[in-house]
Amino acid sequence: MTRGAQRRRLSPPIAIAAAVALAFLVLPLVALAIRAPWGELPRLLSSEPVLQALGLSLLTGAITTVLCLVFGVPLAVLLSHSAQWPTVPRRLLRAAITVPLVLPPVVGGIALLLLLGRRGIIGQLFAQAGLGIPYTTGAVVLAQTFVAMPFLVFAVEGALGAADRRTEAAAATLGANRWQVFRMVTVPLVAPGIAAGAVLCFTRALGEFGATITFAGSLPGVTRTLPIASYLALQTDPEAAIALALVLLVVSVVVLLALRDRWLPGVRA
Amino acid sequence: MKRAGILLVATVLLTGCTAPAPEAPTRPAALGGTVTVFAAASLTAAFDALAAEFEQQHPEVDVVVNYGGSSGLATQITEGAPADVFAAANESTMARVVDAGDAGDTTVFTTNTLVLVTPAGNPAGVTGLADLANPDFAIALCDPAVPCGSAAQALLDTAGVTAAPDTLEEDVKAVLTKVQLGEADAGLVYVTDAHAPGVIVDIVYVPEAQEVVNRYPIAVLTGAPNPDAAQAWVDFVLSDAGQQALADAGFLAP
Repeated sequence: MTRGAQRRRLSPPIAIAAAVALAFLVLPLVALAIRAPWGELPRLLSSEPVLQALGLSLLTGAITTVLCLVFGVPLAVLLSHSAQWPTVPRRLLRAAITVPLVLPPVVGGIALLLLLGRRGIIGQLFAQAGLGIPYTTGAVVLAQTFVAMPFLVFAVEGALGAADRRTEAAAATLGANRWQVFRMVTVPLVAPGIAAGAVLCFTRALGEFGATITFAGSLPGVTRTLPIASYLALQTDPEAAIALALVLLVVSVVVLLALRDRWLPGVRA
Repeated sequence: MKRAGILLVATVLLTGCTAPAPEAPTRPAALGGTVTVFAAASLTAAFDALAAEFEQQHPEVDVVVNYGGSSGLATQITEGAPADVFAAANESTMARVVDAGDAGDTTVFTTNTLVLVTPAGNPAGVTGLADLANPDFAIALCDPAVPCGSAAQALLDTAGVTAAPDTLEEDVKAVLTKVQLGEADAGLVYVTDAHAPGVIVDIVYVPEAQEVVNRYPIAVLTGAPNPDAAQAWVDFVLSDAGQQALADAGFLAP
Protein backbone atom coordinates (compact mmCIF):
# COMPACT_ATOMS: atom_id res chain seq x y z
CA MET A 1 0.00 0.00 0.00
CA THR A 2 2.90 2.35 0.73
CA ARG A 3 4.80 1.37 -2.39
CA GLY A 4 4.46 4.58 -4.31
CA ALA A 5 4.76 6.88 -1.30
CA GLN A 6 7.88 8.97 -1.01
CA ARG A 7 9.97 8.62 2.14
CA ARG A 8 9.74 11.81 4.11
CA ARG A 9 11.09 12.77 7.52
CA LEU A 10 8.49 13.12 10.24
CA SER A 11 8.16 16.53 11.82
CA PRO A 12 9.83 16.55 15.29
CA PRO A 13 6.63 16.99 17.39
CA ILE A 14 5.04 14.01 15.71
CA ALA A 15 8.18 11.91 16.07
CA ILE A 16 8.48 12.76 19.76
CA ALA A 17 4.82 12.09 20.54
CA ALA A 18 4.97 8.84 18.63
CA ALA A 19 8.07 7.80 20.54
CA VAL A 20 6.32 8.54 23.85
CA ALA A 21 3.30 6.51 22.74
CA LEU A 22 5.46 3.59 21.65
CA ALA A 23 7.49 3.68 24.87
CA PHE A 24 4.29 3.71 26.90
CA LEU A 25 3.06 0.60 25.11
CA VAL A 26 6.34 -1.29 25.17
CA LEU A 27 8.04 -0.36 28.47
CA PRO A 28 5.56 -2.13 30.80
CA LEU A 29 6.17 -5.32 28.86
CA VAL A 30 9.92 -4.75 29.07
CA ALA A 31 9.53 -4.36 32.84
CA LEU A 32 7.63 -7.63 32.90
CA ALA A 33 10.49 -9.34 31.09
CA ILE A 34 13.09 -7.76 33.39
CA ARG A 35 11.25 -8.70 36.57
CA ALA A 36 10.47 -12.22 35.39
CA PRO A 37 12.03 -14.85 37.62
CA TRP A 38 14.04 -16.39 34.78
CA GLY A 39 15.85 -18.92 36.98
CA GLU A 40 12.57 -20.14 38.41
CA LEU A 41 10.81 -20.12 35.06
CA PRO A 42 11.26 -23.77 34.06
CA ARG A 43 9.90 -24.94 37.40
CA LEU A 44 7.02 -22.43 37.47
CA LEU A 45 5.99 -23.10 33.90
CA SER A 46 6.21 -26.86 33.94
CA SER A 47 3.84 -27.11 36.90
CA GLU A 48 0.60 -28.93 36.31
CA PRO A 49 -1.74 -25.94 36.95
CA VAL A 50 0.16 -23.77 34.47
CA LEU A 51 0.22 -26.39 31.71
CA GLN A 52 -3.46 -27.07 32.34
CA ALA A 53 -4.34 -23.37 32.09
CA LEU A 54 -2.19 -22.92 28.99
CA GLY A 55 -3.74 -25.94 27.30
CA LEU A 56 -7.24 -24.72 28.13
CA SER A 57 -6.44 -21.23 26.84
CA LEU A 58 -5.06 -22.51 23.54
CA LEU A 59 -7.99 -24.90 23.06
CA THR A 60 -10.71 -22.37 23.84
CA GLY A 61 -8.91 -19.67 21.85
CA ALA A 62 -8.77 -21.96 18.81
CA ILE A 63 -12.46 -22.92 19.04
CA THR A 64 -13.38 -19.28 19.54
CA THR A 65 -11.44 -18.32 16.42
CA VAL A 66 -13.24 -20.97 14.35
CA LEU A 67 -16.62 -19.76 15.64
CA CYS A 68 -15.70 -16.17 14.90
CA LEU A 69 -14.69 -17.12 11.38
CA VAL A 70 -17.84 -19.11 10.68
CA PHE A 71 -20.18 -16.41 11.97
CA GLY A 72 -18.04 -13.30 11.90
CA VAL A 73 -17.10 -13.27 8.21
CA PRO A 74 -20.76 -13.31 7.14
CA LEU A 75 -21.43 -10.55 9.66
CA ALA A 76 -18.60 -8.53 8.12
CA VAL A 77 -20.18 -9.04 4.69
CA LEU A 78 -23.51 -7.84 6.09
CA LEU A 79 -21.78 -4.84 7.65
CA SER A 80 -20.11 -4.04 4.36
CA HIS A 81 -23.45 -4.47 2.59
CA SER A 82 -25.10 -2.06 5.04
CA ALA A 83 -23.36 0.84 3.29
CA GLN A 84 -26.41 0.83 1.02
CA TRP A 85 -28.87 0.96 3.92
CA PRO A 86 -30.61 4.03 5.35
CA THR A 87 -28.62 5.86 8.01
CA VAL A 88 -30.39 4.67 11.18
CA PRO A 89 -30.26 0.89 10.70
CA ARG A 90 -26.75 1.20 9.29
CA ARG A 91 -25.51 3.00 12.39
CA LEU A 92 -27.40 0.68 14.72
CA LEU A 93 -25.75 -2.34 13.13
CA ARG A 94 -22.30 -0.81 13.45
CA ALA A 95 -22.97 0.20 17.07
CA ALA A 96 -24.19 -3.30 17.94
CA ILE A 97 -20.92 -4.78 16.68
CA THR A 98 -18.80 -2.08 18.34
CA VAL A 99 -20.35 -2.27 21.80
CA PRO A 100 -18.69 -5.58 22.88
CA LEU A 101 -15.40 -4.01 21.82
CA VAL A 102 -15.70 -1.05 24.18
CA LEU A 103 -17.78 -2.65 26.94
CA PRO A 104 -15.90 -3.56 30.14
CA PRO A 105 -15.62 -7.34 29.75
CA VAL A 106 -17.09 -7.92 33.23
CA VAL A 107 -20.25 -6.17 32.05
CA GLY A 108 -20.23 -8.44 29.02
CA GLY A 109 -20.00 -11.39 31.40
CA ILE A 110 -22.99 -10.18 33.41
CA ALA A 111 -24.98 -9.65 30.21
CA LEU A 112 -24.11 -13.19 29.11
CA LEU A 113 -25.27 -14.50 32.50
CA LEU A 114 -28.58 -12.69 32.16
CA LEU A 115 -29.13 -14.29 28.76
CA LEU A 116 -27.43 -17.67 29.08
CA GLY A 117 -26.95 -18.18 32.83
CA ARG A 118 -28.76 -20.85 34.77
CA ARG A 119 -31.52 -18.32 35.37
CA GLY A 120 -30.95 -16.43 32.14
CA ILE A 121 -33.68 -15.73 29.62
CA ILE A 122 -32.50 -18.54 27.34
CA GLY A 123 -30.10 -20.26 29.73
CA GLN A 124 -32.87 -21.44 32.05
CA LEU A 125 -34.27 -23.59 29.25
CA PHE A 126 -30.88 -25.28 28.96
CA ALA A 127 -30.62 -25.59 32.73
CA GLN A 128 -34.03 -27.26 32.90
CA ALA A 129 -32.80 -29.77 30.36
CA GLY A 130 -29.81 -30.46 32.60
CA LEU A 131 -27.42 -28.56 30.34
CA GLY A 132 -26.36 -25.63 32.48
CA ILE A 133 -24.06 -23.38 30.44
CA PRO A 134 -22.02 -21.54 33.12
CA TYR A 135 -19.05 -23.32 34.68
CA THR A 136 -18.36 -25.24 31.46
CA THR A 137 -15.54 -24.94 28.95
CA GLY A 138 -18.25 -24.06 26.43
CA ALA A 139 -19.08 -21.01 28.53
CA VAL A 140 -15.43 -19.93 28.28
CA VAL A 141 -15.69 -20.16 24.48
CA LEU A 142 -18.93 -18.14 24.48
CA ALA A 143 -17.39 -15.41 26.65
CA GLN A 144 -14.31 -15.25 24.44
CA THR A 145 -16.40 -15.21 21.26
CA PHE A 146 -18.46 -12.32 22.61
CA VAL A 147 -15.41 -10.13 23.16
CA ALA A 148 -13.26 -11.32 20.22
CA MET A 149 -15.81 -11.41 17.38
CA PRO A 150 -15.80 -7.64 16.72
CA PHE A 151 -12.04 -7.72 16.08
CA LEU A 152 -12.55 -10.19 13.26
CA VAL A 153 -15.62 -8.46 11.87
CA PHE A 154 -13.94 -5.08 11.61
CA ALA A 155 -10.73 -6.52 10.13
CA VAL A 156 -12.69 -8.35 7.44
CA GLU A 157 -14.98 -5.40 6.81
CA GLY A 158 -11.92 -3.21 6.30
CA ALA A 159 -10.54 -5.68 3.78
CA LEU A 160 -13.90 -5.84 1.98
CA GLY A 161 -13.96 -2.06 1.76
CA ALA A 162 -10.46 -1.97 0.28
CA ALA A 163 -11.03 -4.83 -2.17
CA ASP A 164 -12.00 -4.29 -5.77
CA ARG A 165 -15.63 -5.38 -5.68
CA ARG A 166 -16.03 -5.30 -9.45
CA THR A 167 -14.58 -8.82 -9.55
CA GLU A 168 -17.72 -9.99 -7.77
CA ALA A 169 -19.92 -8.28 -10.28
CA ALA A 170 -17.91 -9.85 -13.09
CA ALA A 171 -18.31 -13.30 -11.55
CA ALA A 172 -22.04 -12.72 -11.26
CA THR A 173 -22.34 -11.74 -14.91
CA LEU A 174 -20.49 -14.94 -15.80
CA GLY A 175 -23.30 -16.91 -14.18
CA ALA A 176 -22.07 -17.53 -10.64
CA ASN A 177 -24.82 -17.58 -8.04
CA ARG A 178 -24.48 -15.49 -4.85
CA TRP A 179 -23.07 -18.35 -2.77
CA GLN A 180 -20.50 -19.15 -5.47
CA VAL A 181 -19.52 -15.49 -5.67
CA PHE A 182 -19.03 -15.38 -1.91
CA ARG A 183 -17.08 -18.63 -1.72
CA MET A 184 -14.96 -18.40 -4.88
CA VAL A 185 -14.45 -14.66 -5.27
CA THR A 186 -15.17 -12.66 -2.10
CA VAL A 187 -13.45 -14.92 0.43
CA PRO A 188 -10.20 -15.36 -1.58
CA LEU A 189 -10.23 -11.62 -2.30
CA VAL A 190 -10.20 -10.71 1.38
CA ALA A 191 -8.30 -13.77 2.65
CA PRO A 192 -5.44 -11.69 4.07
CA GLY A 193 -7.95 -9.56 5.97
CA ILE A 194 -9.66 -12.68 7.27
CA ALA A 195 -6.32 -14.10 8.40
CA ALA A 196 -5.32 -10.88 10.11
CA GLY A 197 -8.72 -10.72 11.80
CA ALA A 198 -8.44 -14.34 12.91
CA VAL A 199 -5.04 -13.65 14.49
CA LEU A 200 -6.37 -10.62 16.36
CA CYS A 201 -9.40 -12.62 17.39
CA PHE A 202 -7.26 -15.51 18.69
CA THR A 203 -4.93 -13.29 20.69
CA ARG A 204 -7.85 -11.34 22.15
CA ALA A 205 -9.52 -14.61 23.13
CA LEU A 206 -6.27 -15.74 24.73
CA GLY A 207 -6.19 -12.66 26.93
CA GLU A 208 -9.88 -12.68 27.87
CA PHE A 209 -10.44 -12.42 31.62
CA GLY A 210 -13.41 -10.39 32.85
CA ALA A 211 -16.23 -11.90 30.84
CA THR A 212 -14.84 -15.39 31.38
CA ILE A 213 -14.54 -15.24 35.18
CA THR A 214 -17.96 -13.59 35.46
CA PHE A 215 -19.84 -15.86 33.10
CA ALA A 216 -17.90 -19.13 33.17
CA GLY A 217 -16.29 -19.04 36.61
CA SER A 218 -12.86 -20.31 37.52
CA LEU A 219 -12.15 -24.00 38.00
CA PRO A 220 -8.81 -25.61 37.17
CA GLY A 221 -8.95 -27.66 33.99
CA VAL A 222 -12.50 -26.56 33.11
CA THR A 223 -12.75 -22.78 33.08
CA ARG A 224 -9.52 -21.46 34.59
CA THR A 225 -7.71 -20.01 31.58
CA LEU A 226 -4.22 -18.56 31.70
CA PRO A 227 -5.24 -14.95 32.47
CA ILE A 228 -7.43 -16.12 35.37
CA ALA A 229 -4.66 -18.38 36.70
CA SER A 230 -2.29 -15.44 36.39
CA TYR A 231 -4.63 -13.11 38.31
CA LEU A 232 -5.15 -15.67 41.05
CA ALA A 233 -1.41 -16.33 41.32
CA LEU A 234 -0.96 -12.60 41.88
CA GLN A 235 -2.91 -13.02 45.12
CA THR A 236 -0.30 -15.27 46.68
CA ASP A 237 2.72 -15.75 44.46
CA PRO A 238 3.55 -12.66 42.36
CA GLU A 239 6.56 -14.43 40.80
CA ALA A 240 4.29 -17.14 39.43
CA ALA A 241 1.91 -14.45 38.19
CA ILE A 242 4.74 -12.73 36.33
CA ALA A 243 5.79 -16.05 34.83
CA LEU A 244 2.24 -16.74 33.66
CA ALA A 245 1.92 -13.25 32.25
CA LEU A 246 5.17 -13.80 30.39
CA VAL A 247 3.77 -16.96 28.81
CA LEU A 248 0.71 -15.05 27.60
CA LEU A 249 2.92 -12.29 26.25
CA VAL A 250 5.23 -14.70 24.41
CA VAL A 251 2.36 -16.70 22.92
CA SER A 252 0.64 -13.51 21.72
CA VAL A 253 3.81 -12.04 20.23
CA VAL A 254 4.75 -15.29 18.51
CA VAL A 255 1.29 -15.65 17.02
CA LEU A 256 1.24 -12.04 15.85
CA LEU A 257 4.73 -12.15 14.32
CA ALA A 258 4.51 -15.59 12.73
CA LEU A 259 1.06 -15.32 11.23
CA ARG A 260 1.00 -11.68 10.22
CA ASP A 261 4.33 -11.89 8.44
CA ARG A 262 3.09 -14.89 6.57
CA TRP A 263 -0.20 -13.37 5.55
CA LEU A 264 0.25 -9.66 5.30
CA PRO A 265 2.47 -9.62 2.18
CA GLY A 266 -0.69 -10.71 0.44
CA VAL A 267 -2.22 -7.33 1.23
CA ARG A 268 0.58 -5.46 -0.44
CA ALA A 269 0.86 -7.69 -3.48
CA MET B 1 8.59 13.56 67.18
CA LYS B 2 6.46 11.24 65.17
CA ARG B 3 5.79 9.12 68.23
CA ALA B 4 4.85 12.20 70.23
CA GLY B 5 2.48 13.15 67.45
CA ILE B 6 0.86 9.75 67.46
CA LEU B 7 0.48 9.86 71.23
CA LEU B 8 -1.10 13.26 71.01
CA VAL B 9 -3.45 12.09 68.31
CA ALA B 10 -4.31 8.96 70.27
CA THR B 11 -5.05 10.96 73.39
CA VAL B 12 -7.13 13.43 71.52
CA LEU B 13 -8.94 10.62 69.82
CA LEU B 14 -9.69 8.74 72.97
CA THR B 15 -11.22 11.82 74.51
CA GLY B 16 -12.96 12.49 71.24
CA CYS B 17 -14.47 9.03 71.14
CA THR B 18 -15.92 9.17 74.62
CA ALA B 19 -17.73 12.37 73.72
CA PRO B 20 -20.67 11.39 71.51
CA ALA B 21 -21.17 14.92 70.24
CA PRO B 22 -20.24 15.07 66.56
CA GLU B 23 -18.55 18.43 67.02
CA ALA B 24 -15.84 17.38 69.42
CA PRO B 25 -14.23 20.47 70.91
CA THR B 26 -10.78 18.87 70.83
CA ARG B 27 -10.46 18.80 67.06
CA PRO B 28 -6.83 17.81 66.48
CA ALA B 29 -4.98 20.36 64.42
CA ALA B 30 -2.37 17.81 63.38
CA LEU B 31 -4.74 15.53 61.44
CA GLY B 32 -5.39 16.27 57.80
CA GLY B 33 -5.00 15.04 54.29
CA THR B 34 -6.02 11.65 53.02
CA VAL B 35 -5.77 8.35 54.83
CA THR B 36 -5.72 5.40 52.44
CA VAL B 37 -7.03 2.17 53.94
CA PHE B 38 -6.58 -1.17 52.16
CA ALA B 39 -9.26 -3.46 53.56
CA ALA B 40 -10.57 -6.97 52.98
CA ALA B 41 -13.68 -7.01 50.80
CA SER B 42 -15.69 -8.46 53.69
CA LEU B 43 -15.18 -5.22 55.66
CA THR B 44 -16.99 -3.10 53.06
CA ALA B 45 -20.19 -2.33 54.96
CA ALA B 46 -18.52 -1.85 58.35
CA PHE B 47 -15.68 0.35 57.11
CA ASP B 48 -17.99 2.43 54.90
CA ALA B 49 -20.00 3.27 58.00
CA LEU B 50 -16.87 3.89 60.05
CA ALA B 51 -15.30 6.09 57.38
CA ALA B 52 -18.34 8.37 57.37
CA GLU B 53 -18.23 8.63 61.17
CA PHE B 54 -14.46 9.23 61.20
CA GLU B 55 -14.73 11.99 58.62
CA GLN B 56 -17.44 13.63 60.69
CA GLN B 57 -15.11 13.67 63.70
CA HIS B 58 -12.14 14.77 61.61
CA PRO B 59 -13.48 17.01 58.85
CA GLU B 60 -9.94 17.72 57.65
CA VAL B 61 -9.30 14.05 56.93
CA ASP B 62 -10.47 12.26 53.83
CA VAL B 63 -10.75 8.48 54.26
CA VAL B 64 -10.27 6.49 51.08
CA VAL B 65 -10.86 2.75 51.44
CA ASN B 66 -9.68 0.33 48.78
CA TYR B 67 -11.61 -2.92 49.24
CA GLY B 68 -10.44 -6.14 47.64
CA GLY B 69 -9.31 -9.68 48.20
CA SER B 70 -6.84 -9.54 51.11
CA SER B 71 -4.18 -11.48 49.25
CA GLY B 72 -4.27 -9.18 46.26
CA LEU B 73 -4.14 -6.12 48.51
CA ALA B 74 -1.16 -7.61 50.35
CA THR B 75 0.62 -8.05 47.01
CA GLN B 76 -0.14 -4.45 46.05
CA ILE B 77 1.30 -3.26 49.38
CA THR B 78 4.49 -5.32 49.09
CA GLU B 79 4.82 -3.99 45.53
CA GLY B 80 4.80 -0.46 46.93
CA ALA B 81 1.21 0.76 46.81
CA PRO B 82 0.98 4.03 48.81
CA ALA B 83 -1.39 2.80 51.51
CA ASP B 84 -1.56 3.97 55.14
CA VAL B 85 -3.44 1.11 56.79
CA PHE B 86 -4.01 -2.54 55.95
CA ALA B 87 -6.89 -4.54 57.40
CA ALA B 88 -6.67 -8.19 56.30
CA ALA B 89 -9.16 -11.01 56.55
CA ASN B 90 -6.69 -13.42 58.10
CA GLU B 91 -3.38 -13.42 59.93
CA SER B 92 -1.34 -15.32 57.36
CA THR B 93 -2.06 -12.66 54.74
CA MET B 94 -1.00 -9.91 57.15
CA ALA B 95 2.11 -11.96 57.95
CA ARG B 96 3.20 -11.63 54.32
CA VAL B 97 3.09 -7.85 54.64
CA VAL B 98 4.94 -7.93 57.99
CA ASP B 99 7.57 -10.32 56.60
CA ALA B 100 8.16 -7.93 53.71
CA GLY B 101 8.87 -5.19 56.25
CA ASP B 102 5.82 -3.16 55.24
CA ALA B 103 4.05 -3.34 58.62
CA GLY B 104 5.19 -3.50 62.22
CA ASP B 105 2.75 -4.07 65.05
CA THR B 106 -0.51 -5.70 64.10
CA THR B 107 -3.65 -5.96 66.21
CA VAL B 108 -6.50 -8.39 65.76
CA PHE B 109 -9.54 -6.11 65.72
CA THR B 110 -12.39 -8.45 64.86
CA THR B 111 -13.29 -12.01 63.89
CA ASN B 112 -15.60 -13.57 61.36
CA THR B 113 -17.09 -16.97 60.62
CA LEU B 114 -18.46 -18.61 57.51
CA VAL B 115 -22.04 -19.46 56.65
CA LEU B 116 -23.61 -21.58 53.96
CA VAL B 117 -25.77 -19.41 51.71
CA THR B 118 -28.24 -20.24 48.96
CA PRO B 119 -30.25 -18.07 46.58
CA ALA B 120 -33.43 -16.64 48.14
CA GLY B 121 -35.90 -19.46 48.71
CA ASN B 122 -33.17 -22.10 48.49
CA PRO B 123 -34.52 -23.47 45.17
CA ALA B 124 -32.13 -26.42 45.08
CA GLY B 125 -33.05 -27.52 48.62
CA VAL B 126 -29.56 -27.35 50.11
CA THR B 127 -29.60 -28.54 53.73
CA GLY B 128 -25.99 -28.60 54.93
CA LEU B 129 -22.30 -28.82 54.21
CA ALA B 130 -22.66 -32.38 52.88
CA ASP B 131 -24.56 -30.98 49.88
CA LEU B 132 -21.40 -29.16 48.79
CA ALA B 133 -20.09 -32.58 47.73
CA ASN B 134 -23.10 -33.17 45.48
CA PRO B 135 -22.03 -32.77 41.83
CA ASP B 136 -25.63 -32.04 40.81
CA PHE B 137 -25.55 -28.73 42.67
CA ALA B 138 -23.74 -25.71 41.31
CA ILE B 139 -21.30 -24.81 44.09
CA ALA B 140 -19.28 -21.59 44.36
CA LEU B 141 -16.39 -21.33 46.81
CA CYS B 142 -13.44 -18.99 47.24
CA ASP B 143 -10.15 -20.27 45.88
CA PRO B 144 -7.96 -21.70 48.65
CA ALA B 145 -5.37 -19.03 47.73
CA VAL B 146 -7.50 -16.29 49.34
CA PRO B 147 -8.57 -16.07 53.02
CA CYS B 148 -12.24 -16.96 52.53
CA GLY B 149 -11.09 -19.99 50.54
CA SER B 150 -8.64 -21.21 53.14
CA ALA B 151 -11.35 -20.74 55.77
CA ALA B 152 -13.79 -22.67 53.58
CA GLN B 153 -11.24 -25.44 53.18
CA ALA B 154 -10.69 -25.58 56.94
CA LEU B 155 -14.44 -25.73 57.52
CA LEU B 156 -14.91 -28.52 54.97
CA ASP B 157 -12.01 -30.43 56.54
CA THR B 158 -13.58 -30.01 59.98
CA ALA B 159 -16.86 -31.36 58.66
CA GLY B 160 -15.15 -34.15 56.72
CA VAL B 161 -16.68 -33.03 53.42
CA THR B 162 -14.89 -33.16 50.07
CA ALA B 163 -16.54 -30.39 48.11
CA ALA B 164 -17.29 -30.57 44.38
CA PRO B 165 -17.06 -26.87 43.50
CA ASP B 166 -18.06 -25.60 40.07
CA THR B 167 -16.06 -22.43 40.48
CA LEU B 168 -13.33 -21.16 42.81
CA GLU B 169 -13.68 -17.39 42.93
CA GLU B 170 -11.04 -14.79 43.64
CA ASP B 171 -12.88 -13.13 46.52
CA VAL B 172 -15.87 -13.59 48.77
CA LYS B 173 -18.01 -10.98 47.00
CA ALA B 174 -17.72 -12.92 43.75
CA VAL B 175 -19.08 -16.03 45.49
CA LEU B 176 -21.93 -14.01 46.95
CA THR B 177 -22.75 -12.54 43.54
CA LYS B 178 -22.92 -15.99 41.95
CA VAL B 179 -25.28 -17.18 44.72
CA GLN B 180 -27.45 -14.06 44.62
CA LEU B 181 -27.87 -14.33 40.87
CA GLY B 182 -28.90 -17.95 41.31
CA GLU B 183 -25.93 -19.06 39.23
CA ALA B 184 -24.74 -21.09 42.20
CA ASP B 185 -27.06 -23.25 44.31
CA ALA B 186 -24.88 -22.78 47.37
CA GLY B 187 -21.68 -21.15 48.52
CA LEU B 188 -19.63 -20.44 51.61
CA VAL B 189 -19.28 -16.76 52.52
CA TYR B 190 -18.57 -14.81 55.69
CA VAL B 191 -21.57 -14.31 57.93
CA THR B 192 -20.99 -10.56 57.54
CA ASP B 193 -21.38 -10.78 53.78
CA ALA B 194 -24.60 -12.73 54.14
CA HIS B 195 -25.94 -9.94 56.38
CA ALA B 196 -24.61 -7.03 54.33
CA PRO B 197 -27.18 -4.42 53.29
CA GLY B 198 -28.93 -5.22 50.03
CA VAL B 199 -27.88 -8.86 50.06
CA ILE B 200 -30.79 -11.25 49.59
CA VAL B 201 -29.77 -14.83 50.27
CA ASP B 202 -30.96 -17.66 52.48
CA ILE B 203 -28.66 -18.82 55.26
CA VAL B 204 -28.37 -22.50 56.10
CA TYR B 205 -27.25 -23.09 59.67
CA VAL B 206 -23.98 -25.01 59.85
CA PRO B 207 -22.92 -26.00 63.39
CA GLU B 208 -19.29 -26.68 62.43
CA ALA B 209 -18.89 -23.08 61.23
CA GLN B 210 -18.40 -21.81 64.80
CA GLU B 211 -15.17 -23.78 65.03
CA VAL B 212 -13.48 -22.06 62.09
CA VAL B 213 -12.81 -18.45 62.97
CA ASN B 214 -11.05 -15.90 60.78
CA ARG B 215 -9.10 -13.36 62.83
CA TYR B 216 -8.74 -9.94 61.18
CA PRO B 217 -5.53 -8.02 61.91
CA ILE B 218 -5.02 -4.31 61.26
CA ALA B 219 -1.76 -2.36 61.04
CA VAL B 220 -0.35 1.04 60.18
CA LEU B 221 2.04 0.46 57.28
CA THR B 222 5.68 1.45 57.65
CA GLY B 223 5.58 3.39 54.40
CA ALA B 224 2.34 5.20 55.31
CA PRO B 225 2.27 8.63 53.64
CA ASN B 226 0.02 9.90 56.45
CA PRO B 227 1.04 7.96 59.59
CA ASP B 228 -0.76 10.18 62.11
CA ALA B 229 -4.12 9.89 60.44
CA ALA B 230 -3.41 6.20 59.87
CA GLN B 231 -2.89 5.62 63.59
CA ALA B 232 -6.01 7.63 64.33
CA TRP B 233 -7.99 5.38 61.99
CA VAL B 234 -6.63 2.21 63.63
CA ASP B 235 -7.45 3.60 67.08
CA PHE B 236 -10.91 4.49 65.89
CA VAL B 237 -11.50 0.95 64.60
CA LEU B 238 -10.39 -0.43 67.97
CA SER B 239 -12.53 2.08 69.92
CA ASP B 240 -15.98 1.29 71.26
CA ALA B 241 -17.58 3.12 68.35
CA GLY B 242 -15.51 1.13 65.87
CA GLN B 243 -16.26 -2.18 67.54
CA GLN B 244 -19.96 -1.31 67.63
CA ALA B 245 -19.99 -0.66 63.87
CA LEU B 246 -18.26 -3.99 63.28
CA ALA B 247 -20.74 -5.76 65.53
CA ASP B 248 -23.60 -4.09 63.64
CA ALA B 249 -22.17 -5.60 60.45
CA GLY B 250 -22.20 -9.07 62.00
CA PHE B 251 -18.56 -9.31 63.06
CA LEU B 252 -17.61 -10.86 66.39
CA ALA B 253 -15.30 -9.34 69.01
CA PRO B 254 -11.63 -10.30 68.65
